[in-house]
Amino acid sequence: MKKAKSFWLFIILAVFVYGLIQFLLTSEVLNPYYQNMFIVMAINIMLAVSLHLVIGITGQFSIGHAGFLAVGAYVSAIFTMKLGLPFPIALLAGGVVAALAGLIVGIPSLRLKGDYLAIATLGFAEIIRIVFLNIEYVGGAAGLQVSHLTTWTSTFIMLVLTILIVVNFTNSRHGRACIAIRENEIAADAMGINTTYYKVIAFAIGSLLAGIAGGLYSHNFYIIQPTNFGFLKSFDILIIVVLGGLGSLSGSVIAAILLTVISTFLQDYPETRMIIYSLVLVFVMIFRPKGLMGTREITEFFGLGKWKSSKGGN
Amino acid sequence: MEWLQQIINGISLGSIYALIALGYTMVYGIIKLINFAHGDVFMVGAFVGFYAITGFGLGFFPALILSMVICAIFGVLIERIAYKPLRNATRIAALITAIGMSLLIEYGVIYVRGAQPEAYPNVLPNTTINVFGAQISSQSLFILGISVALMIILQFIVHKTKIGKAMRAVSHDMDAARLMGINVDNTISATFAIGSGLAGAAGVIFGVYYTKIEPLMGVIPGLKAFVAAVLGGIGIIPGAMVGGLLLGVIESIVSAAGFSLWRDAAAFVILILILIFRPSGIFGKNTREKV
Repeated sequence: MKKAKSFWLFIILAVFVYGLIQFLLTSEVLNPYYQNMFIVMAINIMLAVSLHLVIGITGQFSIGHAGFLAVGAYVSAIFTMKLGLPFPIALLAGGVVAALAGLIVGIPSLRLKGDYLAIATLGFAEIIRIVFLNIEYVGGAAGLQVSHLTTWTSTFIMLVLTILIVVNFTNSRHGRACIAIRENEIAADAMGINTTYYKVIAFAIGSLLAGIAGGLYSHNFYIIQPTNFGFLKSFDILIIVVLGGLGSLSGSVIAAILLTVISTFLQDYPETRMIIYSLVLVFVMIFRPKGLMGTREITEFFGLGKWKSSKGGN
Repeated sequence: MEWLQQIINGISLGSIYALIALGYTMVYGIIKLINFAHGDVFMVGAFVGFYAITGFGLGFFPALILSMVICAIFGVLIERIAYKPLRNATRIAALITAIGMSLLIEYGVIYVRGAQPEAYPNVLPNTTINVFGAQISSQSLFILGISVALMIILQFIVHKTKIGKAMRAVSHDMDAARLMGINVDNTISATFAIGSGLAGAAGVIFGVYYTKIEPLMGVIPGLKAFVAAVLGGIGIIPGAMVGGLLLGVIESIVSAAGFSLWRDAAAFVILILILIFRPSGIFGKNTREKV
């Protein structure tokens, strides 16, 4: 009962946020420049939440998330621009192909642990980028022209779906298995959890969501190039998750909103932005290694029950 | 004889990778940290060499030594400021800090001097020597010579001096070394100093050989040098040398075979294959993980 109540509270909150921003945009309190900021913000939240599932919940340190973003971006762009299919189908296809890429990357590399896994995922992301760089069909280094199809409404619907998927996965039996792996892989193995299976599943779902975000990302620009998806993009997503707190979904959301606003205002000073980002990363690690929220969720502060809690165990 | 030439080019490139990889492998061996900022120390070294040659009119060798000294100090500063407070933190926290330091150095340099590339002055005589029909530039032989000399000096330091003995002891067992009266913090700093000095030398050599330097040049060579260190067995000094040379030769062969656009992917494919099939590297011994 409590779960259902929290669920409806979340839906009401989502509708309210959507209505508020939509009202501000249509009544022209905020100009179209801000509409773009909200779209970018929603995409960043989706990316952060999908990486949160891999790093925060399952504890697998992946720093190649931009690779799956690239797969989703390119595949969906091919579907709309080359095959002429509708945008929702293209988004779905981008997500599915990214999930397949996640399986292909995850099955061999998730046998590795810690820093080795980090480097392997970084390597895979670079390989994905170089593959796109070498395919003439998608324009190689020059990039691919994409029409602007992403709207604030479609982005927000995808964002709500993403959060719902991640929250429900986290609170399911599978999510608890993933948290057990994060806490102690050997102990989880001894308890009879198929650790490889759950790690790969979490990784594939994370890639699926990143792929959908990639579809929105590519259709929010007029051109996509392989250089958009280098390791700097991966680090951008990583910074959000680390700042929010490894293991806290609401932390990722808050950090994504904060960092998007900061980077929008520092758009004309990209160096300053990166210096601030890197200083934040170093200082957070030295003085508050658990990030803004640690593993806690914002709902715990309001006594809204366990629905969004990453600790699981009802 | 095209192939012989490509292999010589590969060895020159590989010796640069090997010099960077040595720093990675020494630091990893001693504090189990992938020092992402190492590639950026290499970049700083290239710029110090550049300003020493064009600004102060120094020759190649004084510039090389100046760059090594400044990079050594820089490396120790990075370690003292960013990594020392995290000595007892989780490895992921240390890794994230290293990524942060790497970005900070890159964009700090861009902030100070802009992102535009510089053309390295030509300070070494460049004649081609004809060996069995292959055109070999004297520069690549010279670079190889300097790299080999630096590696021999490193081997001497690690195996014949007191600080080298301390380094080996700390990397073997930090707590036992501390109980034996070794100053662990100073030893770690010395490791960073030596590794960063080698990266600085690699930066100057890279600048002279490839003639173009820019603030983000350290990222890809840094990652590839890490691949080289893993290839040879991370934490093992001869492994880093062999891994670096091997990687350079493989890349040259891939380029020569007509896949030059895929060259950067080759290193990462090797990395993934080695991580999956032999994670301890060519020279590594298998160690079982204890619960």
